[in-house]
Amino acid sequence: MQWLNPNLRREFAGYTVTFVCASIAIGLTIAIIVFLGWKGLSIFFVHKISLANIFSVNWWPDRAAELGGPQVGVLTFMVGSIIASALAAVVSAPFGITVAVFMSNISPRLGQQVLQPVIELLAGIPSVVYGYIGLSILVPFVRENLGGTGFSLLAGAAVLSVMILPTVTSVSFDALRALPSHLKEAAYALGATRWQTVRMVLLPAAREGLLTGVVLALARAFGEALAVQMVIGNKREIPHSILDPIITLTSGITMDMGNTVQGSLWNDALWFMAAILLLISFLFIFAIRTIGKKVSSW
Amino acid sequence: MKAKTKDLLATGFFWLGAGFVILILALLLGYILVHGYQAIDLDFLTKAPKAIRAGGGIGPNIFNSFYLLFLSMALTVPVGLFGGIYLAEYARQNTFTNIIRLSIETLTSLPSIVVGLFGLLIFVTKFGLGYSLAAGALALTVINLPLMVRITEETLRTVPHSWREASLSLGATRWQTTYRVVLPCALPGLITGIIIAAGRVFGEAAALLFTAGITTPHLNFSQVNLLHPTSPWNPFRPGETLAVHIWKINSEALIPDIRRVADGSAAVLVLVLLIFNMLARWIARRFARRLTSV
Amino acid sequence: MRRKSWMIALAAALVVVMAVAAGCGAGNPPSRQAALSGKIIVVGSTAMQPFVEEAATAFYEKNPDVQITVQGGGSGTGLSQVSQGACNIGNSDIFAEEKESIDSSQLVDHKVVVQAFAVVANPGVGVDSLSKKQLQDIFTGKITNWKQVGGKDQKIFLVNRAKGSGTRSTFRKYVMDGIEEAKGDAEQDSSGAVHKIVSETDGAVSYMAIAYLNDKVKTIKIDGAAPTEADIAGGRYPFWSYGHMYTKGQPNSVVKAFIDYVLSDEVQQGLVKEMYYFPVNGIQVER
Repeated sequence: MQWLNPNLRREFAGYTVTFVCASIAIGLTIAIIVFLGWKGLSIFFVHKISLANIFSVNWWPDRAAELGGPQVGVLTFMVGSIIASALAAVVSAPFGITVAVFMSNISPRLGQQVLQPVIELLAGIPSVVYGYIGLSILVPFVRENLGGTGFSLLAGAAVLSVMILPTVTSVSFDALRALPSHLKEAAYALGATRWQTVRMVLLPAAREGLLTGVVLALARAFGEALAVQMVIGNKREIPHSILDPIITLTSGITMDMGNTVQGSLWNDALWFMAAILLLISFLFIFAIRTIGKKVSSW
Repeated sequence: MKAKTKDLLATGFFWLGAGFVILILALLLGYILVHGYQAIDLDFLTKAPKAIRAGGGIGPNIFNSFYLLFLSMALTVPVGLFGGIYLAEYARQNTFTNIIRLSIETLTSLPSIVVGLFGLLIFVTKFGLGYSLAAGALALTVINLPLMVRITEETLRTVPHSWREASLSLGATRWQTTYRVVLPCALPGLITGIIIAAGRVFGEAAALLFTAGITTPHLNFSQVNLLHPTSPWNPFRPGETLAVHIWKINSEALIPDIRRVADGSAAVLVLVLLIFNMLARWIARRFARRLTSV
Repeated sequence: MRRKSWMIALAAALVVVMAVAAGCGAGNPPSRQAALSGKIIVVGSTAMQPFVEEAATAFYEKNPDVQITVQGGGSGTGLSQVSQGACNIGNSDIFAEEKESIDSSQLVDHKVVVQAFAVVANPGVGVDSLSKKQLQDIFTGKITNWKQVGGKDQKIFLVNRAKGSGTRSTFRKYVMDGIEEAKGDAEQDSSGAVHKIVSETDGAVSYMAIAYLNDKVKTIKIDGAAPTEADIAGGRYPFWSYGHMYTKGQPNSVVKAFIDYVLSDEVQQGLVKEMYYFPVNGIQVER
């Protein structure tokens, strides 16, 4: 008889639908992780490459057997990815949070009418366009004013930071906007200036949302391929300065994937790079979240 | 320093920051539009692209971009929304769900080229969809779903618990609370999430290279049979979107008017994005007003 | 009320999708008429892609019932896909035997064009022609300044192609004689990006298909020979390769018709020349 109650039926329906959708999302996540893991690990099982070998800087996947055989060391790519993404996040995060604070507290009207569309537009510009503009404007600029060839870690990090800025800003803004107004009111009532309120009350309170923004932005930076590929030079060497060219995991994968054959050593090395990328991403995100929790428990 | 001075300095600093961001966008947009606006005319917007001769247009590409947006959003939004609701409202908060959450977040960093290859192996080959808009939509869903789930979950978490408690204490069921109280409150954040995902779809190229393809067959808009290969609405045909076209022109094009087509396409894409964003925001505002009576 | 309409709309959409999926299987009956009809999927080399796409458009105008889709993806992808039977034709810049992990025993080679490539440099370097040995030394990093080979005093900016690309394989085989190139100062895959870098960076040197040459980059002759039909056919110019269309086993009638069309005089003397390729029958040198 209880089932005739429409509310209970809807409750059950709601629960089922959301559960199914969550399962799809989780299932997809697990499927991809398993797929990448299987493909990535085949470099060890099928091709018998050792750990020392793969984490070296020797990348000669097509070297003939007489010269020592193919080498697939991915360390150079890893270093490039980590440095470029970390640099971009370090630059973008403060910027994004600054803009988010502006939009939520300093001038909400300007924020909603001007900055929000601006941010969404920036988010929609395709990475190929960013890459092309970087190639046309940023690279010659770096070359003429700062030295080096222009194809550099600096150019890559700059392009990345502009690309991930919208993510940081949007998510931070939502986090700040959702704060209950009584926090701000209480601070003002105690005589705090706006800056004191923001710094000591609002930002700490929105901490988790702000961190999510940074995390999602970092993840995006790690995964960016087309734009970065055009401006970093793709020299397979660990950079010594910010003006040196670098190569990232994504760039390496993008350039070579189409030319390799499924199942070959080269191809599996590329899949391994993809798996490593995911792993590095995971570690960074985990680190940020853990540090965030530690900070919040003070 | 007195607190008031600090406050003034900080305010100035914030204005600078916001101004700088607006400046960047203005420069970017200005560059794109200035270089591209000359190419935009009715011909350009409706004709099909040419492989080696001058005079190609981007008509089918614009259509493909929108249609693919519709297809992938139809998959991403419901699944992502409901999935996020489950994680935020119904799931227990323990280590297991935390790991799931971390994994989903990590997945947002999946390089789109990897998703494209995953799509090639699974959707195009194994599922037998071939190079098609359907395969492209599925690949885009793989990219956007983690993002949608995370943003939904995060937005729902920001709704104060007291609202839920109040609703439950009035006798509403969990689902009623979620649907009638929590969701409307979280709506602005959700709309932001959807718009970000949509923007990503418009700008995505790498994932579609291997799934939706880089060419479009002849499209016959008067074709009634939805499944005919020349029907524009057939989701099982390949279709090159605007972003993919820009990539193709900048990489391997042999047409004599590369700059015209590439810059024009970029300008059209940005303009389309602008209109789409404004429209979406306007619709969202109307919707939110009705739902929340605010 | 609103909730119900949402759910109904969602359910309706699902039903439509499923119906379409079900109908998909029966969607394309190959009709046996006098005119040619069917579907051809071509995947592979990005270098050959514009050419095959244009040929497909011309073929479609003669045979409107044949749907040809031409995708890129690279020579490696083309060979993989055609081996797996996932596409009808795989375009490749190199012989299938040269790609490891491809079982070429089942693949049938159809050479359709001769692609010529050229070494290009920034117009300011002041050099017209280089010997093969000089080129090898430049690309292995032994020579680092243009003045060492008779040009201006400019540092050489070496731009390599992506390691797996067919273009690079051809370069390695026929210009480098198999010697491994140095790491280079930059690496790009797309011809468009390489062209831009070479035309704008002082001292830059790289190589690309001759279809991309224009006055923004300087073509460097190899041992005095230029990438013309005469020099290639005469064996003086080494930097060229065949464009292959591979099929798994012998092609069916529709695919065969398309390949025959590409090999026909209309295309070989018309489109091929228009796109700066050379007809495949004109080359006497064996490869």
